[in-house]
Amino acid sequence: MFDITLIVNGVPREARVPARRLLSDCLRHDLGLTGTHVGCEHGVCGACTVLLDGEPVRSCLTFAVTVDGHEITTVEGLAGPDRPSPVQRAFAECHGLQCGFCTPGFLCTTTAFLRDNPAPTDEEVLEGISGNLCRCTGYQNIVKSVHRAAELLAEEPT
Amino acid sequence: MTTKLFGEPVRRREDARLISGQGRYLDDLGPGALAAAFVRSPHAHARITHIDVDAALEVDGLVAIYTWEDLPAGVCEPLPLLIPHPALTHGRTAYPLARDVVRHVGEPIVMVVAKDRYVAEDVCSLIEVGYEFLKPVVGIEEAVSGAHLVHEDVPGNVGAHLVQEVPSADGRSAAEAIEAAPHTLSFRLDIERSACTPLEGKGVYARWDADDQSLRVYSSTQTSTSVRMALAAKLGLPLPKVEVIAPDVGGGFGVKIVHPWPEEVLVPWAARLLNQEVKWTEDRREHFISSAHERAQVQHVRVGFDDEGRVLGLSVEILHDHGAYTPYGIIVPIITSTQLLGPYRIGAYRVEFSSIYTNTVQVTPYRGAGRPQGVFCMERTMDKIAQHLGRDRADVRAANFIQPDQFPYDQGMIFQDGRPLIYDSGDYPESLRKLKDLIGWDDFPAQREAARAEGRRLGIGLGCYVEGTGVGPYEGGHIQITSDGRVHVSTGLTSQGQGHETVFAQIAATELGVPIERVSVVTGDTRRFGYAVGTFASRAAVMSGNAIALACRKVREKALRVAADALEADPRDLEITDGVVHVVGSPSASIPLATVAVLSNPLRYAFDEEAKRATQFAGAASMDRPPVAEGEEPGLEGKDYYSPIRSTFASGMHAAIVETDPDTAEIRILRYAVVHDCGKMINPMLVEGQIHGGVAQGVGGALYEKMVYDEHGQLLNASFMDFLMPYATEIPHIETDHLETPSPLNPLGIKGAGEAGVIPVSAVIAAAIEDAEGLPIDRMPISPSDLYAIRRTAGN
Amino acid sequence: MKPPPFDYHAPTSVREAVEVLAEVGAHGKVLAGGQSLIPLLNMRLAAPGHLVDINRVAGLGEIETDATGVRVGALARHAAVERSAAASLAQPLLGQALKQVAHSVIRNRGTVVGSLVHADPAAELPAVLALLGGSVRLASVSGEREVAAADFFTGPMESAIRTGELAVSAFFPAWDGGTAFVEVARRHGDYAMAGVAAAVRLDDDLRVTAARVACVSVGPAPVVVDITEACGNQSVASVDWGAVVAAVQERIEPEADIHATADYRRHLTGVLVERAVKAAADV
Repeated sequence: MFDITLIVNGVPREARVPARRLLSDCLRHDLGLTGTHVGCEHGVCGACTVLLDGEPVRSCLTFAVTVDGHEITTVEGLAGPDRPSPVQRAFAECHGLQCGFCTPGFLCTTTAFLRDNPAPTDEEVLEGISGNLCRCTGYQNIVKSVHRAAELLAEEPT
Repeated sequence: MTTKLFGEPVRRREDARLISGQGRYLDDLGPGALAAAFVRSPHAHARITHIDVDAALEVDGLVAIYTWEDLPAGVCEPLPLLIPHPALTHGRTAYPLARDVVRHVGEPIVMVVAKDRYVAEDVCSLIEVGYEFLKPVVGIEEAVSGAHLVHEDVPGNVGAHLVQEVPSADGRSAAEAIEAAPHTLSFRLDIERSACTPLEGKGVYARWDADDQSLRVYSSTQTSTSVRMALAAKLGLPLPKVEVIAPDVGGGFGVKIVHPWPEEVLVPWAARLLNQEVKWTEDRREHFISSAHERAQVQHVRVGFDDEGRVLGLSVEILHDHGAYTPYGIIVPIITSTQLLGPYRIGAYRVEFSSIYTNTVQVTPYRGAGRPQGVFCMERTMDKIAQHLGRDRADVRAANFIQPDQFPYDQGMIFQDGRPLIYDSGDYPESLRKLKDLIGWDDFPAQREAARAEGRRLGIGLGCYVEGTGVGPYEGGHIQITSDGRVHVSTGLTSQGQGHETVFAQIAATELGVPIERVSVVTGDTRRFGYAVGTFASRAAVMSGNAIALACRKVREKALRVAADALEADPRDLEITDGVVHVVGSPSASIPLATVAVLSNPLRYAFDEEAKRATQFAGAASMDRPPVAEGEEPGLEGKDYYSPIRSTFASGMHAAIVETDPDTAEIRILRYAVVHDCGKMINPMLVEGQIHGGVAQGVGGALYEKMVYDEHGQLLNASFMDFLMPYATEIPHIETDHLETPSPLNPLGIKGAGEAGVIPVSAVIAAAIEDAEGLPIDRMPISPSDLYAIRRTAGN
Repeated sequence: MKPPPFDYHAPTSVREAVEVLAEVGAHGKVLAGGQSLIPLLNMRLAAPGHLVDINRVAGLGEIETDATGVRVGALARHAAVERSAAASLAQPLLGQALKQVAHSVIRNRGTVVGSLVHADPAAELPAVLALLGGSVRLASVSGEREVAAADFFTGPMESAIRTGELAVSAFFPAWDGGTAFVEVARRHGDYAMAGVAAAVRLDDDLRVTAARVACVSVGPAPVVVDITEACGNQSVASVDWGAVVAAVQERIEPEADIHATADYRRHLTGVLVERAVKAAADV
């Protein structure tokens, strides 16, 4: 067993885990942050995507011990102090989710994507979200949500 | 109705929690629960000779290991055959844990309970199961040969055989009509296996309360009420001691309507036995090999038609691959057989299907539920007729349409709900007109030629469908207005992302005249509503939507009655706006619904200010009648049910333009257009969302997704690596237009919309590829490799 | 789908890492990005007794570039190499191929060297290394050795790496000509049904003076074919593509799987050879 500290959504969180504990399970079951979802456990669906030191990664393809001491952002940490983040608001506004299971992965992916590319083209949006599976929406409203989020982010005071 | 929300693109009320990680899906519950895992058969067909658990017993954290031998009466019996049918002469279902023979890879054999899933899987890997191999039966052709049997006592592997025949108006059989027709064609069509694959798999979490001797079960299901009844029966518990709740569910698409799954029985049973919370969360591999698939059929078609392309006789023989078991009966091939007719009136029709057992995962409804296959058959037939006659494909369809003045239209068959197949309403010519406009049908030939001149291959296709939605028998709605003015709506059926919390709130807010913010909706919780059927067959909006509207009307009537008393007015002069009852034309004479709720419940005890006003000592009660008058009940609440005489029939038409690469045989959808008619739309934004999602699943089924079994019955692509569910990059932009032909069958005039998007896609894409290539496309899905092979066979 | 138990080692230096690897021998497996290994563990298709996590090893994340080429350290993530302007300048084929490696989220964690060591014949980076005649540097307790790509990829998912060795870097030589990587996958980001990396050099009259291709998914390892001769010292517009394609198709050994027949892969490779060479010549 290993004692690890993860800086999750800005807060140091300690856990005692076996080496084989996947980061997804550590977040969900050791730290109680169940917003990160597990859809395939082989890295294809993207539901478990979280930000590791700011970059989106598959938490189901990462051992918690490996990222001891690193910063993790989950869907629970995306919102601002008084309201959801622009990306979150855009998804709600554009009907970018139905069952909501894949949504945390899309939100984390989109958050990092728009940080790196604040005014993406359609094609860039498709590329940006192309590693996340959604079975409900047909993606059309997700693409719309990403564009809308870009608009909302541009309007945000920095 | 003063607060008009019905018909508006109201934003979803579910989203606040789902975008913030505050949803509660099955695996988010019960953090301290023990974990279950299963040893599943690695073989498609084998007799179990022994099970040795010795090596597993040493594992630290193991709690229990169960095999079939450990199961008590009730639990140990085969799972129910949910929908029996006289034609299903050889229905077979599995035991919750294999008893002696396993009939598909993935069938559960041993249940392990341990402190967590990691340990449970460690234990599974140490349990040794001995097998005597039996010959696996894989593929429809091999199964119908009957050389080897899936079930020893099912000869020829035929579980069901059904013939339905509708003679022509002049009394001819289909065979006679085809014989006499000026033109005839016969051909074979193939559709391969696919599956729902919701992003969240199944899951069950059970708590036994030893003090109360009661069971609470959470299941990622499409029908909590029926899981509850099945569990009470299986476990021998009084129904009131069992509650089942569907929490947030991460997609269903049909697979979660089947119940009880083995795990749905075993997990609660073990929780009670161990007196500890137990949870099973299906992983992705389990979902592929032990849930359910659909779609696979072989169809032999014979059609006779006249010079205009009017179908005079149609005969279809369907071989339906049912997998190893038939827990959901023969609903899928029945739907294929009946919905095949689409928007057309044809001369004479004969359909015969055989439902065939194979050593593969069982087949149960997947969004569309047999319709995509039926529509593929009919629409390919229409295209072949057009090609044969050299006529426009849209014109041939138009020549066969049921006309708007012919409704209600009786197709002369029995539908999946056991009721006559009578279409209630529709306007197919108008749908086609809109579709042709939207896609630019008439201009396309020029576009195709221009592209051809540049060495590009473009093709266009279209497909039409009619979908029986809102099947019975019933759903109910319960409304309670509490003394804080809040409206609590509940219905028994469940939600998997459709937005029921929003649309049902829209209905309630509209009916009651209250702000939507005051309305909350609960679905799929047997503590709130015990009688329900479930969410499937595009029925939730029609069934529960109307039930909720009816229940609201009851409550509204009572509210007006109580308010009329208080205002000394005639109820007929009252209306409700923004949650306030007032006299029409006299806004000052008003009373908030909250107060009406207080007044409706005469109390003895004043526990707060509202209650004080409602005590029997507070007001000027009439001394000549009891505080609760005869025929009345305390409280402002009401319940009603909606039970339709038969299904309502939605319809739609899709068209696509595709491009095929002359060199690589890659297939790209350039445009995709949908015209859709689901009657009155409660929330057009959500209807569009349903269509987008359905079309995307259809595109998956047309170009990417298939379950590939080898001859040993091994599923070769049991992962998202190799089962190619499309990403955003594979799905075209979808253009939509709507028609709103109200259903005359229900108070709200609505029809279902959930499955529509998926239904015609394979037919449409096949038609477009055929148009681009000039080669017949009779098998779906189709990959670049398949298209290349078709080109090679054709010698180009 | 949870990984089986293993003993975990987290060395902080190459020295420490190779000592652990020497000690655990054949039971050891190196974890870098984990994007190929962890799925196998989750599916319990692999069950190493010891996992040597090199993510804390100092100095392995370097991307060194000079006129001779690009040296990529064992912890350099796909994304880092993709974003490195210097690396793209020194060897554009790296960036051209990396764009097609899975999806960006996978590339944030996956490593270039890990992809090479995984030696999937359907993967892009082994083909790039093979085409360019690069090499992999392997460290062990007895020192370091540099293995040429031609000797490194020994079969499907098999490399020349020996028990106790750690791949510490890979070297992608520069090429004074044009390059391209084209592939056809079922879905965007999937392993290709066929793919071709090409390196082409033209003379001042735009005639092909050197041309090589590396083909993926059509053999047990990347298939490198020198097509200079088949190009017949012609300009790209005049090349006899039938001859070039035949020269390549003669060398490949495609197999069928659930996504494509062998016949289709052979055909597709031919199509992609022409496309890749033309794209590479367009400089």
